[in-house]
Amino acid sequence: MKRTVFPNRWLPYLLVAPQVAVTIVFFFWPAGKSLYLSVFKSPPFGGRDIFVGLDNFTALLRDPEYYESVLNSFVFAGGVTVLSVAGGLVVAVLANQKIRGLGLYRTALLWPYGIAPAVAGIIFLFIFHPAYGILPYFLSFVTAYEFNWLLKGWIAMTLVVAATSWTQLGYNIAFFLAGLQGIPTSVMEAASVDGAGPVRKFTSIIVPLISPITFYLVVVNMVFAFFSSFGVIHAVTQGGPGNATGIMVFKLWKDGFIGLNLGSSAAQSVILMAVVIGMTMLQFRFAEKRVTY
Amino acid sequence: MKVFMSRSLPLVALVCAVATLALPAAALAKTEIHFWHAMTGALGDALETQVKQFNESQGEYEIKPLRKGSYSETLTAAIAAYRQKNPPHIVQVFEVGTQTMMLSGAVYPVWELMRDNEVTVDWNDFIKPVVGYYTKDGKLYSMPYNSSTPIFYYNKDAFKKAGLDPEKPPKTWQDVEAYARKIIAAGGAKCGFSTGWPSWTMVENMHATHDQPFATKRNGFDAVEGVELLVNGEFGRKHIGALNAWQKDNVYSYGGRAGTADPKFVNGDCAMYIQSSALISGFTKSIKFDWGTGELPHWGAPYKKATSIIGGATLWVLKGKPSAEYKGVARFLDHLSKPDQQMWWHVNTGYLAISNTAVRNLEQGYHFVKNPKQHTAFAQLTGLPPTPPAAMKDKKAAPAKPERVATPNSSGLRLGNFVQIRDVIEGELENIYGGKKPVKQGLDDAVAKSNALLKEFAITYKP
Repeated sequence: MKRTVFPNRWLPYLLVAPQVAVTIVFFFWPAGKSLYLSVFKSPPFGGRDIFVGLDNFTALLRDPEYYESVLNSFVFAGGVTVLSVAGGLVVAVLANQKIRGLGLYRTALLWPYGIAPAVAGIIFLFIFHPAYGILPYFLSFVTAYEFNWLLKGWIAMTLVVAATSWTQLGYNIAFFLAGLQGIPTSVMEAASVDGAGPVRKFTSIIVPLISPITFYLVVVNMVFAFFSSFGVIHAVTQGGPGNATGIMVFKLWKDGFIGLNLGSSAAQSVILMAVVIGMTMLQFRFAEKRVTY
Repeated sequence: MKVFMSRSLPLVALVCAVATLALPAAALAKTEIHFWHAMTGALGDALETQVKQFNESQGEYEIKPLRKGSYSETLTAAIAAYRQKNPPHIVQVFEVGTQTMMLSGAVYPVWELMRDNEVTVDWNDFIKPVVGYYTKDGKLYSMPYNSSTPIFYYNKDAFKKAGLDPEKPPKTWQDVEAYARKIIAAGGAKCGFSTGWPSWTMVENMHATHDQPFATKRNGFDAVEGVELLVNGEFGRKHIGALNAWQKDNVYSYGGRAGTADPKFVNGDCAMYIQSSALISGFTKSIKFDWGTGELPHWGAPYKKATSIIGGATLWVLKGKPSAEYKGVARFLDHLSKPDQQMWWHVNTGYLAISNTAVRNLEQGYHFVKNPKQHTAFAQLTGLPPTPPAAMKDKKAAPAKPERVATPNSSGLRLGNFVQIRDVIEGELENIYGGKKPVKQGLDDAVAKSNALLKEFAITYKP
């Protein structure tokens, strides 16, 4: 590993300072404030914060609805990660061929990544909403079954997972494409000479060689699905029906900004942070062993 | 020298002109009053017009309206601003935020504001249901602004197709079911009826109009501690049970929370609809078929027929501004409550006029004879019969006899954490309608969770 040596003692610190400042102001400070708020019960307009120790946390751990939202988060994150990583890999392999119009295809594939999750949610609403969506309208000519995700939880969850995966595909495709192009053609040719079919080539050569990228994408997609997916849920289902799509990050927003229960919301954000940190650590510990650099 | 003068003269003249224009602005700067609200679309336009009228009518104060988002978002923004010691003067808060505002210690009660600024207001002129909701110890805390109540909308064309009298909307739930089946059979619509704001229309207002208590301690008016919900009682189970069963034949079709089911009625998919009276102006512009309004259906005996409760929002004044500016706030709120302003607001938005004088003026101007749809809400809140009787044209006739009574159960709700409670109730209703839970369990769970929220509120606000 090459080490960069700076002639000036202070220059490296100076160069890193802006990033550190941003990280402190936008990450550590709010996180610290959340930790502080999580041990108080505060009326919305302030003025009489009551110290309650770990009461907010124990109340959450005793709330069956909180466990529901944790489960929903894992189902949602799992669904999004599997769909968008696996889907991204398949599409990247397909887009790696020398075909006409390749540039056009690749642009079209990457485009949805630029759409904000909330906008993707609205698009899916206009396609799928039981009252004014275009797909239920056409489906009503074919089948009598109402895909009413306003009432059926599993349909609502499928809908938001699909909408989120669709936006994430572009990001994963870009990374996988880069990885695929890094595989030397000589390796692939040698495999063909040895009589390997496309499936064997895929499982024995491509997957191990791009495993660092896969590992990275799984971690990033998981974190995204836990934190940044708020937009889709808020725009499409608002956590409903019942609590079927109420993921942790949505519930903590709702309790804090709609319900005005700042203490519980802060406690939920602390727990969410701990969960994601824990999961990332687990992934580094166990999955990284399988990665061949 | 001469050349210099003639060249720069226009420039000097320009500078002088600009200076003279700037001076009056600096000397007569209007005091700015910030008004945060949540009105959008036609309602937002009406609000801005009303504010503009006030600003142009006097030169001392300028009201600056600012839409902050939905009712929730506006309240959250006001709270954040208050915590930063820079709140707006006036904030529009929905009715479910009443208890939070009352106990916050951050509001300047309207009665005090008027008294301190020597503005005389006839508090007794306001209509009882609206005032009752926002009064504590006989004094009004916030200024009622946009109040509505849920009413019954129906598609007259669909009625005609089914051979029903389009001028006679159903008065009982039994009739609603019968009419729905007839209409679906005749092909007049795909579903019988749908609802908006499920908790407000089907739980809160149904309990009120049938004289059933929603919560203990007189619906929360009498205490903060120890309040519990009663919606899982016999009446709640009966009504929600009926709605749930009616889904089977599309007599009832659930369309989501808030106003997401509006398209079902506007598109003609559902022949009947229960939603806020504030939708009248919007519907008038967007609905293509012939439609009418009626009162909320009733189950009949043994339940009394009581008045409905209001929805909408009021204007709250926040503490923490210089006292001189509150004079402008008082003048503005007083202006809004004048009968002519109320009449204008009602005619242009469909929200209720909140003073008896304004209502009388509207009656005398035959407004309700020309716009019978808008009379329904008033009638339901004050107990009068729903259609303006022909006697209204005859000024010598005796006033109509009330059909509904106001009871302690129908005077409103005052609950802490009410926003979350509504969310809990609507979530459990979805669990029931979606078949995830039986009616009794769903309602019991809603009550249990709501009671926990009420307990939490009482702890946070322990004096």
